[in-house]
Amino acid sequence: MSILSEAQAKAILDKVIAFSTADNTSAVLSGGIGGNVRFARNDISTSGIVDDVQLAVEVAYGKRVGTASINQFDDASLERVVRRAEDLAKLAPENPEYMPPVGKQTYTATDTFSEATAALTAEARAKIAEASILPCRERGLIAAGFLEDGHTFFAHANSNGNFGYQRSTIADYTCTVRTEDGRGSGWVASNVKDVAELDAANDIQIAMRKAAASVDAKALEPGKYTVILEPAAASGLISFMMNFFDARSADEGRSFLSKQGGGNKIGEQIMDPRVNIYTDPANPTVPAMPWDGDGLPRERTKIIDAGKVANLQYSRYWASKQGKPETAGWGNTIMEGGTKSTAELIASTERGILVTRTWYIRMVDPQTVLLTGLTRDGTFYIENGQLMYPIKNFRFNESPVIMLNNIDELGRSVRVEDGAMMVPPMKLRDFTFTSLSDAV
Amino acid sequence: MDRRDFLALSTFFTGVALTPSIFGKAIAAEQLQDAIDIAVKKRLADAALGAATAAGASYCDVRVGRYLRQFVITRERNVENIVNTESTGTGVRVIADGSWGFAATNEMTEDAVANAARQATAIAKANARIQTAPVQLAPTPGVGEVSWRTPIQKNAMEVPIADKVNLLMSVNDAALGAGASFVNSLLFLVNEQKYFASTDGSYIDQDVHRIWAPLTVTAVDTTTGKFRSREGLSAPMGLGYEYMDGRAEDKFVLSNGLTTYGKSYDMKEDAIAAAQDAQAKLKAPSVKPGKYDLVLDPNHLGLTIHESVGHPLELDRVLGYEANYAGTSFATMDKRDEGFKYGSEIVNLFADKTQVGSLGAVGYDDEGVKCKRWDLVKDGILVDYQTIRDQAHIVGKDESDGCCYADSWSSVQFQRMANVSLAPGKTKMSTADMIAGVDNGIYIAGRGSFSIDQQRYNAQFGGTVFYEIKGGKLGPMIEDVAYQMRTPEFWGSCSAICDESDYRMFGSFFDGKGQPSQVSAVSHGSSTTRFDGINVINTARSLG
Repeated sequence: MSILSEAQAKAILDKVIAFSTADNTSAVLSGGIGGNVRFARNDISTSGIVDDVQLAVEVAYGKRVGTASINQFDDASLERVVRRAEDLAKLAPENPEYMPPVGKQTYTATDTFSEATAALTAEARAKIAEASILPCRERGLIAAGFLEDGHTFFAHANSNGNFGYQRSTIADYTCTVRTEDGRGSGWVASNVKDVAELDAANDIQIAMRKAAASVDAKALEPGKYTVILEPAAASGLISFMMNFFDARSADEGRSFLSKQGGGNKIGEQIMDPRVNIYTDPANPTVPAMPWDGDGLPRERTKIIDAGKVANLQYSRYWASKQGKPETAGWGNTIMEGGTKSTAELIASTERGILVTRTWYIRMVDPQTVLLTGLTRDGTFYIENGQLMYPIKNFRFNESPVIMLNNIDELGRSVRVEDGAMMVPPMKLRDFTFTSLSDAV
Repeated sequence: MDRRDFLALSTFFTGVALTPSIFGKAIAAEQLQDAIDIAVKKRLADAALGAATAAGASYCDVRVGRYLRQFVITRERNVENIVNTESTGTGVRVIADGSWGFAATNEMTEDAVANAARQATAIAKANARIQTAPVQLAPTPGVGEVSWRTPIQKNAMEVPIADKVNLLMSVNDAALGAGASFVNSLLFLVNEQKYFASTDGSYIDQDVHRIWAPLTVTAVDTTTGKFRSREGLSAPMGLGYEYMDGRAEDKFVLSNGLTTYGKSYDMKEDAIAAAQDAQAKLKAPSVKPGKYDLVLDPNHLGLTIHESVGHPLELDRVLGYEANYAGTSFATMDKRDEGFKYGSEIVNLFADKTQVGSLGAVGYDDEGVKCKRWDLVKDGILVDYQTIRDQAHIVGKDESDGCCYADSWSSVQFQRMANVSLAPGKTKMSTADMIAGVDNGIYIAGRGSFSIDQQRYNAQFGGTVFYEIKGGKLGPMIEDVAYQMRTPEFWGSCSAICDESDYRMFGSFFDGKGQPSQVSAVSHGSSTTRFDGINVINTARSLG
């Protein structure tokens, strides 16, 4: 039951729309099967499988809106859920910002599905855990990691004739390797659509090397340093900043993208001219669903163009209020880079610090997007193009906006995090470390 | 999950009401007041226990859960959304061939849960192949058929939506009337109806209630381009709607008029103060970095306790089970054995899953262990950890501490933080008495930015409001304050704790941990507390 076909999903949604007597009706039917295996101390600790399907119905009389849902799909249940939403809508206060559902849209399917990932079994998950654990047992290292995979479908329809259906898959693998004495720690991550691209046996070697190499870390004085942020380290800061590319908060004067005196910074140079960030649902490395939460079709859109703010996200309400065209919410973020690998960036560095990963990043001041956080699981001093020795972890207080004004060089962009972002490794000047951490 | 994620969630509900959420399906208001028949729950549980045993499991527990949440989300003079969600289903956990397995289904039939039990057993057997040591459970007595309910006075789910809307609209009107540029206010209500059964012979029915009423007020000066926000000073609590009564006896008022709250909350009064504070923040002087004596309000200190005591004393972190995500702990077992000095002699920190009004209070945890109170740090010395059934033996305990929790029927239960609190001072002292003794300090109330490393040594905390203390007197508001600390030195610098009359609880609704990540709600009590010579940095920057 967890994965409905397009025809099955459409049949249910069509009935829901037909039952409604409200001015507007929208419905979403989605579900999936998720599996996972977690390991620690070189043993599997937990492992499981979950399946779930949900139908949510939103109806509106004028600007009065009600939402209800159900997980039974016979005709009587479908009619009941519509009536319940209608009853709620009649009781609700008017929402002046309510927008009626979008009209019929044309979507171009994106390549979000892999048969191999959808077919993953408990035995296959256990083997991936085994490929991580056994080499660590042999080398006297300790592995703790996690594999999570999901196969989901998403279907939506509304009373204006719109309909969409697509399936997607994802597999996310991370592993931390520590030395037995707890003085060294390394980490590796891989996020894929197609589990065939996941190579835990190879990935684990990276985490093992970093764990062994990070023992006996030296303490450097906090201060401003040239750093090479690996993609996973950079993405933590960049993704945080991307949360604030919202037109409304900028126009309201409460964002780093607000302009002094009123308005927003679209068109203004805020970063190094080498910074180009865009979104594209059809990108083959980080494909996104072809529609946003309102059902608008997503398109390739520039966000930062040669360091200038090219576009902000407008909600449908804010676009109508400001007289802007309706554009879909972004489904992924792609930061362009160069051609070099992280290793090649290191080779061209006279003095600097390599950061594997950033951790516990929090906003300190939204006015400047000042963020604090720490380095983790492999921080090394670089001299004359070589990794010289491991160093103790640092706390940083840095703004990604300032950071992207201090670029020395960008490397080759790769898929990171939850599969919705591509970020290059980056060499940056004057990155601000404010204190030392004893944590390994 | 933290506040940032919660705000993202609020936006999510506002903008995309239809997208299914992590909190389950949306339902009609009237459904938030009923419950599944207990006989049905027992039949489902017995079906799973029987199927797991027949499939070869040596242990099985079943959680039949109905998780209800209601959000009322407003900004300025609009109700942005009212969302009722329900998530119902059954999670089955087994031990087979010495390994754990878990499966969950939203289909509420005996066949479906029996099938989940067989799936869980098959998963356990697949994993057993590479397991080196079989799972070892600390014994816990079967308790038969029992029930427990949060001792609430007024079920928030039964309060009409119109009353909640009217309250939040009056709050927003008050803030706007007091000069706010923007105001967001919310009500967030939770009811967890949890039925637990295990092959140990327990059938435990629990009805858990929680409430949170956050607000954010923003002041904007378009001429300078500056903006500042001030969060509300409420705490999420394990209480009913009576928390919104704002009783006079639950207010704590400083000499400068700053009001903080205990067992109930005056949201409208706080909204007005927030509007005034947000405007004052636009003009407040920036802190001069350096060493200060800090006087920390309980609704601020709770987060510091959470991060620097609650987490490092979770035994699963100490042992390495969280190494790949939340991290490990500096407070290793050898430190406990050696009597490690965690703080000064006046520091007594305890875990307590029975504290009335706390977010973590339940009768039994999610593996059927009766809840209790115990010491973690006694007279400044590390004495114990928080643990669950499959780890108790590793620290030489013959019983679990009852710290097992899952945030949904579909999540596997694991070790989560108990309410961890700082015991009040034993000698009479008010906040005014404490401030009178500080020559060069800063008073901090409310939560702000927070970040700590993966072993819980190095932390940095902001706050909601900051006031200078000079010569024993509370001075003007200051801004751009964050303090940096190393956990043992920080608690070692604790020089005074106000008495029991000042004791209040801080709460975290969304403590994140585990893979897949789960949230849990937990409270931390304390009285106002003084820490000497703490490093304060200035967080102001310029984007040029």
